Amino acid sequence: MTVTSSRLLHGVAAAIAVLTAAVAFDAATHALLAQSPFGAPRAAAEPQAGGVVGWLLAKQSEFYREMSATIRAAKSDGSAVWTLLAISFAYGIFHAAGPGHGKAVISSYLVANRETARRGIVLSFASALLQSLVAVVVVGIFAWLLNATAKTMCGAEKAIEIASYGLIAAFGVRLVWVKGGGFVRALQAPRPALAVAGAHHHHDHGHGVQDHHHHAHEHHDPGHHRDPGHHRDPGHHHDPGHHHDPGHHHDHGHHHDHAHGHDPLHVHDEHCGHSHGPTPAELAGPGGWQRGLSAIVAVGIRPCSGAILVLVFALAQGLFWAGIAATFVMGLGTAITVAAIAIVAVSARGMAERLSAARDGGGVLIMRGLEFAAAGLVLLFGLGLLFGYVAAERVTCF
Amino acid sequence: MRRALRKLIGILCLADAVALGAGAADAHPHVWITARSELIYAPDGTVTGVRHAWTFDDMFSTYALQGIEAKTKGAYSREELGPLAQTNVESLKEFAYFSFAKADGKKQKFLEPVDYYLEYKDTALTLHFTLPMKAPFKAKQLSLEVFDPSFFIDFKYADKDPVKLVGAPADCKMQFMRPNDGTASAQKLGEQNFMNGDGGGFGAMFANKIVVECP
Repeated sequence: MTVTSSRLLHGVAAAIAVLTAAVAFDAATHALLAQSPFGAPRAAAEPQAGGVVGWLLAKQSEFYREMSATIRAAKSDGSAVWTLLAISFAYGIFHAAGPGHGKAVISSYLVANRETARRGIVLSFASALLQSLVAVVVVGIFAWLLNATAKTMCGAEKAIEIASYGLIAAFGVRLVWVKGGGFVRALQAPRPALAVAGAHHHHDHGHGVQDHHHHAHEHHDPGHHRDPGHHRDPGHHHDPGHHHDPGHHHDHGHHHDHAHGHDPLHVHDEHCGHSHGPTPAELAGPGGWQRGLSAIVAVGIRPCSGAILVLVFALAQGLFWAGIAATFVMGLGTAITVAAIAIVAVSARGMAERLSAARDGGGVLIMRGLEFAAAGLVLLFGLGLLFGYVAAERVTCF
Repeated sequence: MRRALRKLIGILCLADAVALGAGAADAHPHVWITARSELIYAPDGTVTGVRHAWTFDDMFSTYALQGIEAKTKGAYSREELGPLAQTNVESLKEFAYFSFAKADGKKQKFLEPVDYYLEYKDTALTLHFTLPMKAPFKAKQLSLEVFDPSFFIDFKYADKDPVKLVGAPADCKMQFMRPNDGTASAQKLGEQNFMNGDGGGFGAMFANKIVVECP
C-alpha cells in the first residue's frame, strides 16, 4: 500500500508538473510576446525560449501595426482585404494573451470544474465570438450610429470592462465556495471516502474515485443554497442505477436534464455544475446555453481593445465591413489559441485524475485541493482585475 | 517520502498560481508613441520642467479623432483639437504622465501640464505638453524615465534628436538609454514584477531612461 501510494503520488506530482510546465511555458511566451515590440527579447530573461516561438510571437506586434496600412490600401485595392483577414487571423492567434481573452480564467475554471476538453473548446470559441460581437456592437452604436467621441466610447468600454471583471470575481466566489466545500470534506473524511470509493471502483472503470466521494457528499454542498430542500433529498441524487450508466439519459424532473452520455467524467458533477457552470452535454443540449452563458459572458463580454481600434479605424476609412470581418477573424484566431491552452489544462488535470484514481484517499484530497486552488485562481483573477492589481490589458482612455 | 511529495505538489500548485498570475499580468501595447522630450533648465541651472511631444501611431490617431469634426475634411486645426488635447492631458494625470523623474535618487513630482496642444500632420496626432516641476531643483544626477507601467502604450523615442537639454549648464552630460539596448535598468522577470500593484516592474522593462549628470 505504501509503495503503491507513493508511486501514485509520484504520478500526481508528475501530472501537476506537466501542468506547471504548460503554464510556465504559457507565461514565458507571454513574456516574449510583451517584449516583442523591441525586437530581440532581453537575452537574460528567457534565452531558451527565443528561436521559432520567440520569432513567431514577435510577429504579432508587427501584424497589428500592419493592419492600419492594409486597411488604407484596401480603400483603393479590394484584394488587400484578403491580406487584412490573413493578418487579423495571425494576429488573433499570437495575440490571445491577457485575461481579457479569458485564457487564464477559462483554463482555471476548466480545471476547477472538471470540464472536458470539448467543453473547453466550446467555451473558448463562444467567448471569443462574444468578444468580437461586443466590439462590433460598441463601435457600431457609438462610432457609427451616434458618432460619439473616442472619450465616450472608451468610457463605455471601461464600464463593460469593470462589469466583466466583476462577473469573473463573482464566478470565482461561487467556484471557491463550492470547491472549498469539496476540499474541506476531502480533508475531514478521508476514511469513509476510501471505503465508498473502493467499493465503487471495482465496478466502475471510467470514473475517478473522487467523483464518487464528491458525489456522496454532494447534498451537503453549501453552494446549493438555491434549492436546499431539493438537494437534501438523497434519493434523488444518489440513485446508483443512473450513475453507472453513462449512456443513459435521465431527467430528474428538476430544472436540468443530464445527458450523461456525452461526458463520462462529468457524470457525478451535475450538482456542482448546475450552480456554476454547465457540462458539455448541458451546453449542447436544450436549455444548456443558459448555464454555459455565465462562463461565456464573464470572460467574453469585455471587448478586445485592439478590435475596437481596428473597427474605428476601418470605419474612418469607410471600410467598416472590412473591420467587422477582421474582428471576427481575429476572434477566430484568439479562440484557437485559447482552446489549445484549455486543452492542455484539461489534459493535465485528466492525467492527474487518472493517476490519483486508485485505491488511495490521498488522490482524492489532491484532486479536491487542485480544484480548490484553480477555483481560487479564478477568484483572484477577478478581484485582481477588478481592483487593477493585475496589469491586465486594461483600457487606457486618453 | 509521501509528505515530501505532498509538499512538492503544494509548491507546484503555488507555482502554477504564480505563473498564471504572471500570464494575467502580461499586456502588450495597443498604442505606439514616438516621443521627443526636452528638459528645461532655468538660467541658474535649476531643472524647471519637461516638455514632451508625443506622436501617436496611425491607428490610434484615427481612433482619437473619432467624432471630432473638422471644417476642412482631413485637416484638423489646433483649435478644433483643443478639447481633445484637454481630455488627453486630463486623462494622463491618472497615469502620472508616464513620466517618472528623480533628482539624486529622490522622486520628483510634476504639476499639471501647461502649454498643451495637439497637432495633426500626415495622418498622425502629436500631443505637445509641458510638465512643470512641482519643486524645481538642482541635482548632480537627474533621471527621467518614460514608460507605461502596464505596457498598453509602447513608448519609443524618435531616432533623431530624441532628447534635448534646453538651457542646461554647459558641463552637464546627458545620457539616453533605450529600453532594448540593455543599459536601462534591466529587471528580470519575476513574480514580484507582476504582483506589485499595477505591475509597475513589468512595464519598467520598457522604460526609456534619460540621465543628466551635472558636476
